[in-house]
Amino acid sequence: MPTKIEKDQITGTETTGHEWDGIKELNTPLPRWWLMVFYATIAFALLWMILYPSLPIPGATGLTGWIAREAVTGDMQAHQARLEPMMARLRAATPEQIAADPELRAFALAGGRAAFANTCAGCHGAGGQGAPGGFPSLADDDWLWGGSLDAIRTTIAHGIRTPEDEEARQSQMPRFLADGMLTAAQVNDVAEHVLSLSGRATDEAAAARGAAVFAENCASCHGERGEGNRELGAPRLSDHVWLYGGDKASIVRSISYARSGVMPAWQGRLDPAVINMLTVYVHALGGGE
Amino acid sequence: MHIGGTAALAAGPQIASRTALRYVEGPIRAFAIATVFWGIVGFLMGVLIASQLAWPLLNLDLEWTTFGRLRPVHTSAVIFAFGGNALLGTSLYVVQRTCRARLFGGEDMGWFLFWGYQFFIVMAALGYVLGVTQGKEYAEPEWYVDLWLTVVWVTYLVAFGGTILKREEPHIYVANWFYLAFIVTIAMLHIGNNLALPVSLGHAKSYGAASGVQDAMIQWWYGHNAVGFFLTAGFLGMMYYFIPKQAERPVYSYRLSIVHFWSLIFLYIWAGPHHLHYTALPDWTQTLGMVFSVMLWMPSWGGMINGLMTLSGAWDKLRTDPALRFSVVAVGFYGMSTFEGPVMSIKAVNALSHYTDWTIGHVHSGAMGWVGFIIFGAMYYLVPKLWRKRGLWSRRLVEWHFWIATLGIVLYITAMWVSGIMQGLMWRAYDELGFLQYSFIETVAAMHPYYVIRMLGGVLYLTGALLMAYNLWRTATSEELAEGEEEARVPTHAPAPAPAFAAAAAN
Repeated sequence: MPTKIEKDQITGTETTGHEWDGIKELNTPLPRWWLMVFYATIAFALLWMILYPSLPIPGATGLTGWIAREAVTGDMQAHQARLEPMMARLRAATPEQIAADPELRAFALAGGRAAFANTCAGCHGAGGQGAPGGFPSLADDDWLWGGSLDAIRTTIAHGIRTPEDEEARQSQMPRFLADGMLTAAQVNDVAEHVLSLSGRATDEAAAARGAAVFAENCASCHGERGEGNRELGAPRLSDHVWLYGGDKASIVRSISYARSGVMPAWQGRLDPAVINMLTVYVHALGGGE
Repeated sequence: MHIGGTAALAAGPQIASRTALRYVEGPIRAFAIATVFWGIVGFLMGVLIASQLAWPLLNLDLEWTTFGRLRPVHTSAVIFAFGGNALLGTSLYVVQRTCRARLFGGEDMGWFLFWGYQFFIVMAALGYVLGVTQGKEYAEPEWYVDLWLTVVWVTYLVAFGGTILKREEPHIYVANWFYLAFIVTIAMLHIGNNLALPVSLGHAKSYGAASGVQDAMIQWWYGHNAVGFFLTAGFLGMMYYFIPKQAERPVYSYRLSIVHFWSLIFLYIWAGPHHLHYTALPDWTQTLGMVFSVMLWMPSWGGMINGLMTLSGAWDKLRTDPALRFSVVAVGFYGMSTFEGPVMSIKAVNALSHYTDWTIGHVHSGAMGWVGFIIFGAMYYLVPKLWRKRGLWSRRLVEWHFWIATLGIVLYITAMWVSGIMQGLMWRAYDELGFLQYSFIETVAAMHPYYVIRMLGGVLYLTGALLMAYNLWRTATSEELAEGEEEARVPTHAPAPAPAFAAAAAN
């Protein structure tokens, strides 16, 4: 098809003379502002490449000398330096001393809140309220291993059933059914007895039969009346706080197969100052002793 | 409905006209149906996974229905199934008409492309749901699906390129430059990013050729240019045909189309590293990724200017033609997204925006506003043409679609802006003593209301698409709208000049 340049009457611009399926093109020049802004972005790009690293040569920096890794390290160090005077005092003090000093205590509570949110809340809940399935509430006064500042610090620092930490909280409940120590009928009876400790037995006769089994197998750790033993992390069985569920099926399962919850040891992973802050924070959640 | 519908509609009764003998149209009708079908699937999956983010219970605790597996089903359904079918269909339609040449390879070639591409989509989606994935964003399919797509894609290149080679027009129309750039570059990206060694021929799992930061760089070279060439260049090709057609006006500036085409093609390919700011990627690569993204701003806007300014003298059509309104608003969203993109690539901005919902909002203003709307505009133009109808069944329904979908996008992107910026600010907030103000879970809880708003935006967008499907179905099957035999459009070598033209010069 021959090229046929025409004048568009609406814009007064000429066409290029080409046509495809009825579509024509105007020969409008590039918008000036468009071209100017395009040039400006190119100038910006060149300037930026001079100022910042833009060459694949190890160690080459731009005129600013900026290097991302150094910038972030510098930021982190400046942040640490700002916190350091207080952190040093927190490291040197015992949790009791921190709790007694209003300035240290306020700092520890703020830092403990932040550290708890990032480190502990995943299992224990954002407010330390715990979660079903073995994650105890830290906001009440029902403590498995003790709720004093010292006991809390030990638990945080060394963890629970942490294999690599000799000072970790250790204890192991037997798997009474799985290992053949009790029959299924005995497990049922002792479960009824455990329910009776909090006044919830469904079968009084079975509960009575279970009392003997309990005295022989359970009382050494959980106490004769199920009052629990913090030395062994043996939970109190006579209240309404249940780590793994207080319904009969859950109790039967606990007796049959045991439970052994774990918590990591944070010593070595967290700054000792942070462990102290967490101790004071957890102690202040509501149940501290 | 899908397969039966394809057969029934693709075989339509009036096809024996001379137009159909000249141009391949059956597979293009099938592509149009597939576009609408997969669009609805993709939007539905989007609504589902948006709901899962707001209410995690909807993961249903089944491995096949968790967010992690359904998210690639959504992204692939929207990008590759909805967008891909629209690109294949319109490109085969446009290349034949603007080259005045029948598709290279004819009907059989068209049907192979159609069924080959649908097979790719179904195989990819099955893999996602069953947990077969490479774990590369937008390149999740494993090696056997990748190989099949390569076969289909090379065939596509042969069909498209072959048609251009045997064209009867002296010049290649700008839409075809963009379509060709899209086809060639996607082939290169797809092969480059999917170089992998299968565990064995009988095993779905493969290991990529690159590892570590090189793998990340190749992935985002691919990922960003999937946006640049699949979702931008290809759809600019669509825009360059359908907007002048709908507006019945000449393209605003030939020179601008040349300059913005070559600058876009050249600059886009280097911008990928902006997806890896502040990572193990070397600083110099990050700097280049950022500055190439900034330089990309005007080349992108060249397409917007050419799309919008083509309407000079025809702006009144926006009042009477809601399909054109889709196309024009699409170009508006394109302009907005391609400004937002360079801004987000600036490292100081990226430090706030990266990993937040802002990115999700950005990609959806591009996907729903630009890609979705330009497809809707093209489909409303194309379906009456392909099924030989005088017009659409209902213009009112197009109006409803337009406003419902627009409201949906506005809800979606504003929710994500607020949520994303809030999220970024919460992550970096320190209290007066120097401790982090918020934990991660607190930022998640704060985003819940915006997730609900986002889901509502998605529901509106899906509703609009359902109205479109109904309208197009009624259009294609309407007896009243059928063109008479004498009205059937036969392509002529010299169409009558539009009234706005007067011969000014001839050589």
